[in-house]
Amino acid sequence: MDFDLSEEQRLLKESIDGLLTDSYDFEQRKKYMKEKGGWSKAVWDKLAEQGLLGLPFAEADGGFGGGRVETMIVMEALGKALVLEPYLATVVIGGGFLRHAGNDAQKAAHLPGIIDGSKTLAFAQLEKNSRYDLFDVTTTAKKKGDGWVIDGEKFVVLNGENADTLIVTARTKGDRRDKTGIGVFLVPADAKGVSKKGYPTQDGLHAADITFTGVEVGSDAAIGNPEDGLALIERVVDEARVALCAEAVGLMDESLKTTVEYIKTRKQFGVAIGSFQSLQHRASDMFVAAEQARSMSMFATMANDFEDAKERSNAIAAAKVQIGKSLKFVGQQSIQLHGGIGMTMEAKIGHYFKRLTMIENTFGDTEYHQRRVADAGGLI
Amino acid sequence: MDLAFTKEEQAFREEVRQFFRDNVPPDTRRKLVEGRHLSKDEMVTWWRILNKKGWGVSHWPKQYGGTGWTSVQHYIFNEELQSYPAPQPLAFGVSMVGPVIYTFGNEEQKKQYLPRIANVDDWWCQGFSEPGSGSDLASLKTKAERKGDRWIINGQKTWTTLAQHADMIFCLCRTDASAKKQMGISFIVFSMKSKGVTVRPIQTIDGGVEVNEVFFDDVEVPYENLIGEENKGWDYAKFLLGNERTGIARVGVSKERLRRIRDLAGKVESGGKPIIQDAAFREKLAACEIELKALELTQLRVVADEGKHGKGKPNPASSVLKIKGSEIQQTTTELLMEVIGPFAAPYDIHGDDGSNEAMDWTAQIAPSYFNNRKVSIYGGSNEIQRNIIAKAVLGL
Repeated sequence: MDFDLSEEQRLLKESIDGLLTDSYDFEQRKKYMKEKGGWSKAVWDKLAEQGLLGLPFAEADGGFGGGRVETMIVMEALGKALVLEPYLATVVIGGGFLRHAGNDAQKAAHLPGIIDGSKTLAFAQLEKNSRYDLFDVTTTAKKKGDGWVIDGEKFVVLNGENADTLIVTARTKGDRRDKTGIGVFLVPADAKGVSKKGYPTQDGLHAADITFTGVEVGSDAAIGNPEDGLALIERVVDEARVALCAEAVGLMDESLKTTVEYIKTRKQFGVAIGSFQSLQHRASDMFVAAEQARSMSMFATMANDFEDAKERSNAIAAAKVQIGKSLKFVGQQSIQLHGGIGMTMEAKIGHYFKRLTMIENTFGDTEYHQRRVADAGGLI
Repeated sequence: MDLAFTKEEQAFREEVRQFFRDNVPPDTRRKLVEGRHLSKDEMVTWWRILNKKGWGVSHWPKQYGGTGWTSVQHYIFNEELQSYPAPQPLAFGVSMVGPVIYTFGNEEQKKQYLPRIANVDDWWCQGFSEPGSGSDLASLKTKAERKGDRWIINGQKTWTTLAQHADMIFCLCRTDASAKKQMGISFIVFSMKSKGVTVRPIQTIDGGVEVNEVFFDDVEVPYENLIGEENKGWDYAKFLLGNERTGIARVGVSKERLRRIRDLAGKVESGGKPIIQDAAFREKLAACEIELKALELTQLRVVADEGKHGKGKPNPASSVLKIKGSEIQQTTTELLMEVIGPFAAPYDIHGDDGSNEAMDWTAQIAPSYFNNRKVSIYGGSNEIQRNIIAKAVLGL
């Protein structure tokens, strides 16, 4: 049992923290938001230069062979700096599908572009009524010749406006809520019949609603078994949840730090408000919540490798519950302790709160995952 | 980073578990499962079994009878002990006064007291809190005046846990009234059988008698019963309270209770079916289990850190363990109350040692709920723990 980072992992952490300290303060972030797509290509290129975009891929595929802990380190750092760039969509999720089930040709076609930063991906999964159930899919992929024709609507696709390639879940057979008959398809974003409506999200990222109308793709578009892709989808989304947990830990650390600094300097009644016990206790509770979240983020990171898929999913669901509860408390109380200034767009704390809040509602909220753990028979 | 236990650690866990299965008296285990109090005899019998095995004072240095286990082994042992469940060693002797004596006591004192602590030949109790000194412990007033080769002790202690069983007490006494409040305190040990010691039981809201008031009326104590230096008692008290970092979370205790809740919820009916089939209840139970898992991991982080960097100074992270650990313990007792519903009501009138076999399994659930309100109060109330985090961690 060991909770420490290896020497190499420590170096990785130093290098990404260093990069973001130099190029990602709150003022710089505001500028990046105004760039094309709402994030900075220059920062993305720096991430590529440092090998971070190729981190989780096998060396044989041109990557750096990093594992679950490396991704945790990166996501925490990205959270801490409130990074806008599409690391989750491109490297964790898009890259995840290719890593787990991409064939050689698919990897050769897509990984080099991900790793060198020239291409980004997006995951088109959410539907109007699917909410958090990954198997609830009405978008269809119908066989036509060797290839497929895709029809349907996907919503809140992160990085959907910008991505070069979309990864789309679609039903190849069966009914809306059947657990079999779901496939995963690579669709070029500029394919005929793809129409996108992009918009900024509440947390300053960008997403798109995407309609697929008779979109034709080749036989090489399907990742894995097009008639039985749910296990793959669950696997990759579990990895995304774990990544979000780590990102949230970074966000909470920074929120707590910022808030504690604030109450040490903000004076009322002639003294720093941090000298008041009611505020001290609130800050202590925030610390407890953040530490409990960190523990579960580590647990989820390790659970990524559990052999048993049920045990893995249950552990990760549990982590998402703890993170959801902690982030709500830390986020809300950060605003409360900042007082009026916390309500303004001008102060950075509100932006942390907004990103934290959106994480709770991504890939299953607290209630959803709590129910999953309960239905799986608990965690003891 | 690797959160798995090694093969050796897993084998150790199995060894510990097997020892408990073979050696914990079944009736003792049953009473703990049901939340009953144990008699003095039942506890001492088990502790002597444990001591005979060489595990009675496992975390002490080897030369005084310790095991030389790693931090992880200690963690495993405690978790198994709590979740089997078997009675935990008497903290006042084993975790509190023992370490103070082997760290600050003289050779004579070590020889005299340590083996008797290990075998519970003496039952120790703690004389810290006073009626006017709770969280503000350093304001204590009990006085020890030097008179030749003796101390004359006068004053009153309270919340003295299981003093009714005790042979010995370790006591914080004011020995220099002119010094600043933390500076004039000494750490003195003496026999509870001394003339002038009176124990008055305090019945707590669960109906049991775990705590007492203890009065000292011109109690004469030999001068050599002072541990360490005169007027340095506050340092020893801080050492003692910081010594036990991780056990305070009581993860094993909560685990055992959650298993029991799951078991009972499969039997007790509501709406014509077992409560466990009620989605709302199941989610509440899952929520508690998740909190406990997070706490377990937090505790393991502290244990791993201890293993790497040594015990040294008290770790403020132990305040997290205390706050979360007590909240979860209290939640488990609330869930038990919810499971038994109207059968929480019957009152089991028990004697001083709390043993009354007449009532069935429901009888201890409400008392246990009432009794567990203490866990967020004792050992430095949760509000004090928040002060510690604010000061020591956040720098407020």
